[in-house]
Amino acid sequence: MLKLQNISFTAPDGGKAAEIIRGIDLDIPSDKFIVITGPNGGGKSTLAKLIAGIEKPSGGKLFYEGEDITELGITERARKGIGFAFQQPVRFKGLTVLDLLRIAAGKKLTVSEACEYLSEVGLCAKDYINREVNASLSGGELKRIEIATVLARDVKLAVFDEPEAGIDLWSFNNLIRIFEKMRVTEKKRTVIVISHQERILNIADEIIVLSDGQVIDQGPRERVLPEIMGAKFTADICPKME
Amino acid sequence: MAKLDPVQLRLLREVADLHEVPEGAYNIRANGEAAGRNSTANIEITSKTDVSGIDIKIKDGTKNESVHIPVVMSESGLKEMVYNDFYIGKDCDVVIVAGCGIDNCGSHDSEHDGIHRFFIGSNSKVKYVEKHYGSGDGTGKRILDPQTEVYMDEGSYMEMEMVQIKGVDSTRRTTIAALKDNAKLVVRERLMTHGEQTAESIYKVDLNGEGSSADVVSRSVARDQSFQKLDLCVNGNAACSGHTECDSIIMDKGRILAVPSLEANSVDAALVHEAAIGKIAGEQLIKLMTLGLTEAEAEEQIINGFLK
Ligand SMILES: Nc1ncnc2c1ncn2[C@@H]1O[C@H](COP(=O)(O)OP(=O)(O)OP(=O)(O)O)[C@@H](O)[C@H]1O
Ligand SMILES: [Mg+2]
Repeated sequence: MLKLQNISFTAPDGGKAAEIIRGIDLDIPSDKFIVITGPNGGGKSTLAKLIAGIEKPSGGKLFYEGEDITELGITERARKGIGFAFQQPVRFKGLTVLDLLRIAAGKKLTVSEACEYLSEVGLCAKDYINREVNASLSGGELKRIEIATVLARDVKLAVFDEPEAGIDLWSFNNLIRIFEKMRVTEKKRTVIVISHQERILNIADEIIVLSDGQVIDQGPRERVLPEIMGAKFTADICPKME
Repeated sequence: MAKLDPVQLRLLREVADLHEVPEGAYNIRANGEAAGRNSTANIEITSKTDVSGIDIKIKDGTKNESVHIPVVMSESGLKEMVYNDFYIGKDCDVVIVAGCGIDNCGSHDSEHDGIHRFFIGSNSKVKYVEKHYGSGDGTGKRILDPQTEVYMDEGSYMEMEMVQIKGVDSTRRTTIAALKDNAKLVVRERLMTHGEQTAESIYKVDLNGEGSSADVVSRSVARDQSFQKLDLCVNGNAACSGHTECDSIIMDKGRILAVPSLEANSVDAALVHEAAIGKIAGEQLIKLMTLGLTEAEAEEQIINGFLK
């Protein structure tokens, strides 16, 4: 489905910031539920942006369904079926939740269709559909609307960046249900979720561990999860500053 | 509306959403001449005798009625100055729809300058909608210099929706208002300029009465080489509250000058202004592009939403 070949990324204004992604090779199989995890700052969001075309790699190639998409822009990748839910969703003055869902769906969604996507993420449509996607929404609400925009699209590859962040326990159960549903749906979809949550890791087919810009482990959940939960990965102790 | 040509009918749709003769009172002005008028039992429209323009008199207690007074111009080189006075009685609740559409396919400038004065009786509620629109591919300019004056009696309420989204080459719009006790003014302005257009929008609101209040919000977008000056001024002369806000998106080589000002002449005046100018946030474009829009389509959506 998706293949990364020796992908590297250096922040443009990097200075001494060195490489954020360092020569990653990855093979994401079709119709699987993949969870990427790893320490903060490890490069997960950067990797997701490289997949969506928001960042351009400084080296390496990306293949999507066999096609070299390295040079394709965000729009072209989106139109080929790549969806991306931001870790930090964007706010818009003037655009309503319904507007955004309609843009996402690429057609005139009926209110009841839009309503379905919202209730999937645990939002009652009548309270939200005409709200502006602006600063008046709470962080968790915004996050759930962000997820709904990806659900409204007909994607083949969906990338969710920490979808659980800021979401309450009740909606979290919903989220798990959405992901479970996405993997058994008749429409085959590949889902990549970036997450630190054990319950999300628990439903993964495969887990990828990213640390310091490199893939340090990739494999079936049954093998990788116990290793993560074990003592193998502990945060480095920060040296004291003099 | 037999008198109107297809261009005028299109302009009428743009500025007043009118597809046929409106219900209620109306006065349609086309190429400087009256093209239709209707008074009702409560709303009387008469021509002025000294200057060009009309008087609109609305009886005390008139409720749920509307007045449409659109102006359309389709002849190049026309220049007119019109005085319209609205006398709104006490305890009314009315909607007034004005608007001016100019189509200029010729090489001469077309200009409509309307001076609207509103005298609003106590405890009356008025919603005023004004849309300005220009079209036509001639080299002649489309110019609109409206002046609006609003005099509000005790406890009255006025909501003004002022929209100029397309095609007006040059505009200088001045709105002044004076409010007595407990009167409330709400203004929502939407402005977009493109090409070489210039727009100047000036508000001067005097809060003279105890408990009077004003909320003036202007949202604008300046594209291409266009220039906008937004001058929002509120004077608090009593125990009152005032809020002004200009929120602008700047694009291409556009220029915007926002000059919000507040003047308090009473210790009990509470006045606030906010002004922000900035380009479309890159992350907003990126988000919409991940939903399959091109950058240009994303821009369009963001602007349309912003000016809605
Ligand atoms: N444009 C940039 N310029 C400089 N540094 C950057 C830039 N983008 C990311 N970084 C740095 O690259 C590293 C990886 O960032 P990234 O957001 O990909 O991490 P992450 O794995 O998603 O972390 P988290 O778990 O906290 O979300 C971080 O150290 C970050 O500060
Ligand atoms: Mg991240």
